[in-house]
Amino acid sequence: MSATPDLNRRALLRRAAAAGLLTLPAAGLLSACAGSDPAQDDNSGAAKSKDNPFGVQDGSSVKVVIFDGGLGDQWAKEDEAVFKAKHPNVTVNMSSTQKIKTEEQPKMATQPSDVIMNSGADLMDISTLVNEGAIEPLEDLLAAPAWDSEGAVADTLLPGTIDKGTFQGKFYVVNVAYTVWGNWYNAALFEKEGWQPPKTFDDFFALAPKIKAKGMAPYVYDAVHGYYPRWALMATIWKSAGKQAVIDIDNLKENAWKADGVLPALEAWEKLVKDKLLLPGQLDHTQSQQAWLDGKAAFIQVGTWLKNEMAETIPPGFEMKLSDYWSLGAGDKAPNDVYAGAGEGIVVPSKAPNKAAAKEFLRAVLSKEGSAKFAELTKSLASTKGSGDNVQDSALTSANELMSNAPEDLILVKFWDFYADLDKESQNLSAELMAGRLTAQQFVDGMQGAADKVASDSSIKKQTRSA
Amino acid sequence: MRHGVARFVMGFLALPVALYLFYVVWPFAQAAGYSLTDWGGYSDRQQFVGLENYVRLFSDELIRKAFWHNVFFLITVPLFTIALALFLAFLLNVGGREDRAGIRGVFGSGLYKVIFFFPQVLSLVVVAVMWQQIYRADGQGLINGVLMKIGLVDPEDPILFTFDPEPFLGVPAVLWWLLLIAVWSGAGFYMVLFSAAMQSIPKDVFEAAILDGAGRFHTFFRITLPLLRDTVSVAWIYLGFIALDMYALVFVMTPSQGGPNHASEIFASVLNFTAFQKGQFGYACAMGVALAIFTILLAAAQLKITRRERIEY
Repeated sequence: MSATPDLNRRALLRRAAAAGLLTLPAAGLLSACAGSDPAQDDNSGAAKSKDNPFGVQDGSSVKVVIFDGGLGDQWAKEDEAVFKAKHPNVTVNMSSTQKIKTEEQPKMATQPSDVIMNSGADLMDISTLVNEGAIEPLEDLLAAPAWDSEGAVADTLLPGTIDKGTFQGKFYVVNVAYTVWGNWYNAALFEKEGWQPPKTFDDFFALAPKIKAKGMAPYVYDAVHGYYPRWALMATIWKSAGKQAVIDIDNLKENAWKADGVLPALEAWEKLVKDKLLLPGQLDHTQSQQAWLDGKAAFIQVGTWLKNEMAETIPPGFEMKLSDYWSLGAGDKAPNDVYAGAGEGIVVPSKAPNKAAAKEFLRAVLSKEGSAKFAELTKSLASTKGSGDNVQDSALTSANELMSNAPEDLILVKFWDFYADLDKESQNLSAELMAGRLTAQQFVDGMQGAADKVASDSSIKKQTRSA
Repeated sequence: MRHGVARFVMGFLALPVALYLFYVVWPFAQAAGYSLTDWGGYSDRQQFVGLENYVRLFSDELIRKAFWHNVFFLITVPLFTIALALFLAFLLNVGGREDRAGIRGVFGSGLYKVIFFFPQVLSLVVVAVMWQQIYRADGQGLINGVLMKIGLVDPEDPILFTFDPEPFLGVPAVLWWLLLIAVWSGAGFYMVLFSAAMQSIPKDVFEAAILDGAGRFHTFFRITLPLLRDTVSVAWIYLGFIALDMYALVFVMTPSQGGPNHASEIFASVLNFTAFQKGQFGYACAMGVALAIFTILLAAAQLKITRRERIEY
């Protein structure tokens, strides 16, 4: 335990350097832009300084809308306090909701809020927001000095955070929570039974009969939201077929779903379903998580918000630990790549009345102080480096460990952010595969068909990723 | 009409009509306008594209699927709801024994009326959430739980209800399960409607029929039903509107709002996806307008077909 934070920090620094190399030229260009074209924001009459890089005006107000989901909204109130410490004369109107799209979309074209956390099941489609020019590029935020540490804001972010928020070459979305996905298990139970958390599907298939013998289902999943099992399917595909295969899939390359390694990855899942290793019952996310906490199933796959989401019903003695998604074995192209990245995106609408304060608020959210509070309150990492260093928690520590042993590349899938049609189709097909109504081959054919349809549809604006 | 009266009426009507025009008619007109553009919904940029969106509708596979699902509801929801409501209303009003007090309903009909009407008091979303628990596909679901306890259902293979896309009589099972809820929640209201209509049929008509030896079957089909024709026809149109909507049930109860894998996709769910997820508001408005036109034509046809001379008692 004592060595972990140190190791972890080094790994993070290493990756941060890589991210820095990518972003620095861009940041340089942008600051040049910003210099030549000052004060376009309506509310930026105030002088700009290191402490006030966007020229927030005293006496102005900023409207912040927070998604009140798995992470709650208390962390945002702490950020408000951080913000107020520097700008006591700026009013922060904060509200939280689960209905982001329902409440915010109608206002987007006329009088939107200044800061919107676009998250949850009811979020505004990010590609549409970008394509419609409805949200503001935030490159000046990346280039601005960090709130309470050295360097620019970009330098303080965990790897992948900037990539994740970049669309069509510009940075639009500040993803505040750093999520690690994987298979969760109850370490106390595994220790008692002498079970080893599997590393490959073969390990799992060998362990499964022992779990079943204890009257438990080996695995439980969310059967209502197709995007839950989709994380696991895509992680297996990435590990088996490698990064380039997923990049090709995201870029709608011809026959990308038929690349080597994609089908075997899905066949492993097909076997898991066919062998009846799933807890029956079509549960939704919280129901399945509760079933797992109640000891009805041994494994569940989900992100690191799990602990906070289920905080009230975790039985005493239950030791939540995260392990990496299983790989297929020796033939895998990237067996150790971890599914991690920034999530819970915050955007600033282009028509926001007080963009300067909005960006300044985001700078406060990404501060050391604010992000440490975030990790402490939510038991999830923030996208700012070092947020979890002082939090003692088995779930968070296991996630930290997983990250510290991870290779450079993080699993990142973009096609569902790029194309709403593929998002829907992949969710549907993932659910069908897990329900046992679809074979791996049919899944591949279905996805290829859907991808080809999007590729040939001229009404859909195409996007690409390079890394 | 005298001049003063006209002014008096105008004075009262001006405000409501203005509100109606602004909040109801104007949005309709706006939607029709947007349906001719490629508006994305999040900006004030839009381009006129003529009837392109409507042309697209005809080649859209998902819309075709949704359309047939709506047609399924259009036929079944009114049919089953009206049949059940008529049956209940008949039993509650004239189905009981006749005695010295004349024709009456079955024993305890007052209580039944309250029970059957009850679902109508609940909002549709409440109904949906409640049925979610009834339909839950594990041991904690009301139906599955009971059937598992008495050994009729294998816990490894529970009834999937709204998660079941397998066809039953050629229609995905999920639609039948949704139909059950729609009929359950709608029948009570129409039962009350038909009861009221039945009570306005003079009792002596029934008594005469009974004296002539007509049983319940003949009383119902020869007397009650023909005399209720107007009411049934109106009910049919209302239920048609409900069947063309069905959005709340699909939205709350089915996985990925129209799933599993598009098995319960309806017009409204495709419209919602197109507008809010795909960001094609223009195209979505075209769907809405097309649905509105279809609904109006349907209502007009229905009224035309069922129009007959009214019988005066």
